Amino acid sequence: MATNGTEFESVRTVSVVRHYKLGRSLIPAVDGVSLAAGRGEFIALLGASGSGKSTLLNLIAGLDRPDSGAIVVEGADLATMTSEQLAQYRRHTVGMVFQSFNLVPTMTLYENVELPMRFAEVKRKERRARVVEALERVGLSDRMKHRPSEMSGGEQQRAALARALANRPKLLLADEPTGNLDSKTGTEIMDLIRELNRTLEMTVIMVTHERPLAERYANRLVFLGDGKLVGELENTKLEKIGAAR
Amino acid sequence: MRAYDLIELAGRNLREAGLRNSLTTLGIGVGVASLVAMLSLGIGLQKLATRQLGRSGLFDTVVVTSRQDSRGPRFAQAAPVTAQAKPLDDVARHSFEQMPNVVEVYPNFSAVGDVRLETDKTGNHFTVVGTLPQSARTSEAFDDVQGSFFSSGVAEEAIILGDFGRDLLNLPREPRGTDVKLTKDQADQLLGKYVVLRYHRREAGESAPLAGKTTKKGQADPDDVDSPDDIKAEDAQSFNLVPKQLKLKIVGIVSSEPNRGLRQGRTPVFLPLALAESLDMVQAGELWSTLRPSESKTYIALIVRVGKSKAVSQVEDEIRKQGFSTFSILDASKGITRFFTFLDLFLGIFGSLALAVASLGIVNTLVMAILERRREIGIMKALGASDGDVKRIFFFEAGAMGILGGALGAGLGWTIGRVINFATNIYLQRQDIKPENFWVVPVWLVAAALGFSVFVSMFAGLYPASRAARLDPVQALRHD
Repeated sequence: MATNGTEFESVRTVSVVRHYKLGRSLIPAVDGVSLAAGRGEFIALLGASGSGKSTLLNLIAGLDRPDSGAIVVEGADLATMTSEQLAQYRRHTVGMVFQSFNLVPTMTLYENVELPMRFAEVKRKERRARVVEALERVGLSDRMKHRPSEMSGGEQQRAALARALANRPKLLLADEPTGNLDSKTGTEIMDLIRELNRTLEMTVIMVTHERPLAERYANRLVFLGDGKLVGELENTKLEKIGAAR
Repeated sequence: MRAYDLIELAGRNLREAGLRNSLTTLGIGVGVASLVAMLSLGIGLQKLATRQLGRSGLFDTVVVTSRQDSRGPRFAQAAPVTAQAKPLDDVARHSFEQMPNVVEVYPNFSAVGDVRLETDKTGNHFTVVGTLPQSARTSEAFDDVQGSFFSSGVAEEAIILGDFGRDLLNLPREPRGTDVKLTKDQADQLLGKYVVLRYHRREAGESAPLAGKTTKKGQADPDDVDSPDDIKAEDAQSFNLVPKQLKLKIVGIVSSEPNRGLRQGRTPVFLPLALAESLDMVQAGELWSTLRPSESKTYIALIVRVGKSKAVSQVEDEIRKQGFSTFSILDASKGITRFFTFLDLFLGIFGSLALAVASLGIVNTLVMAILERRREIGIMKALGASDGDVKRIFFFEAGAMGILGGALGAGLGWTIGRVINFATNIYLQRQDIKPENFWVVPVWLVAAALGFSVFVSMFAGLYPASRAARLDPVQALRHD
């Protein structure tokens, strides 16, 4: 079970605000959210569509900047970073998986997993070993030469997970990772994420709107509504379910 | 991102949209080719013109005359008044020879003599006799010489004009001044045959039958011109004109005057320069020198040949500073250089238009690529690509199209030039004109075209690259 003390803190958001302009009016997508995640914790962000959970995830991912507030990940405040520093942060600290997998369709599986290492300037010799290691971890080492279009949805999401692991990040951000999968493959992916969370001690923040899924895998459920934090729930059933499996 | 990753990523992007990128590259190629072709034509024409003019001897010669008299061309530019007038003698000739860029200095030689075929006892061909320096061998008049050039500078040989050849053969005259090329049959009747040159040799002395007595020019009182008693003995210069004759072998027949240059009048017979100088022939303008005493032999005019036409004005200035009058067709050649600069500029602008259109093609292709690769750019950013990385990838793609297009275009331009040279030369040969290369593609032009193409392409890539870099990853990745 993950520890929740500040010295083991992975992510902390402090009164984060992010507005969007829609015509003349400002839509507050995230409106003063303060949240903390300990190292190795598995957090599920729950909420209806438009609740701001994806926006919050993008802010934590360093793909977007808050209008106010602070986002501290592994001791560094994203709000004060230059765009080059943010890129570095995305390269080394965060791994992301998306609902629509977002593999580059023109690249083979190998090339897709290699891509983040190109930006991180990993030496060529080392890359191969890391790609193989990541693909073995998700069970796709025999599909390296295949393009995404030649793979099933589950395989694609596993490939995306392998890619997210390539630069050995401390934080895994997942945006509805099972949203495009049937329940069986969805479960497989979730099992894989939980395994990574446990064996690699990666902090996982997952956006979902399926409460049962969150209850089954996350050790803490965070509820968002209209850009505000509306509730937090420590998942007590988790150990039982985990033990039952 | 490391360079090889950049190259690989850009390379695979270029391959992915192969057809579109090939067409864009081809567009640049055509643009560069048109630029290369236009400029090659300009350069080729300029080279052709300067070659022709250079060989005509007009633009690289300076005619030097003494300020002491006015024997030279009337339009000669006088030396600055401050300079001391000096005699145009061997000292002056030697000093001109020592000047930088001066290739050779030779006298403008023009004598009068009687030239007839050895076998011809009746004909009387009183004519002007000129000389040719050995360098005249490259003159364009010798492009279609019948026979050959002098075997040496002192050989007792003659080169004659075609129409004078007709005179020698007692054929009807052509209108004066027309270039006549003899038939092979007529030429064979003259080449290798001997002519006899009768001339007058100038010898110092007082008792010869044709002795002339003169006084210093301007010293004679106008009132006393008729009084021979006023001639002071120490001022008098006298020489004898001794009739001589010399057998010369006709070695060459040309249809136009070689080294026409700034020579006045028509000269139909030429001797080797050194031979003529050794003969001490009385020259056409010699009367002037009989009116003025001089310690040594002076020249009527010296022709100074300059290696580079650019150096003509500098050489002219130096000679004028020494106290001589000079003349050259420098101003005319300046005009010609200016004309070709403008021609190159216009051809360059027209050539660049195609390249400008092609560069719009690059902008279009890359902007399309951004729209198409929107999600991919978002993915790359999410995986840690910085704005700079994305920009560099697009920039590199533009540059690569520029290099490929430039190389293609330079090759194409060169080939077009080759083909046109080939075709025009076939045409010229049919017209019995010596083939010329209108199209010259120098290495620097190829390199410059390549560089320009890369520059234009990269410039065209600036906007798409920065637009791609600015793309918001959140927007790009939003699933729809």
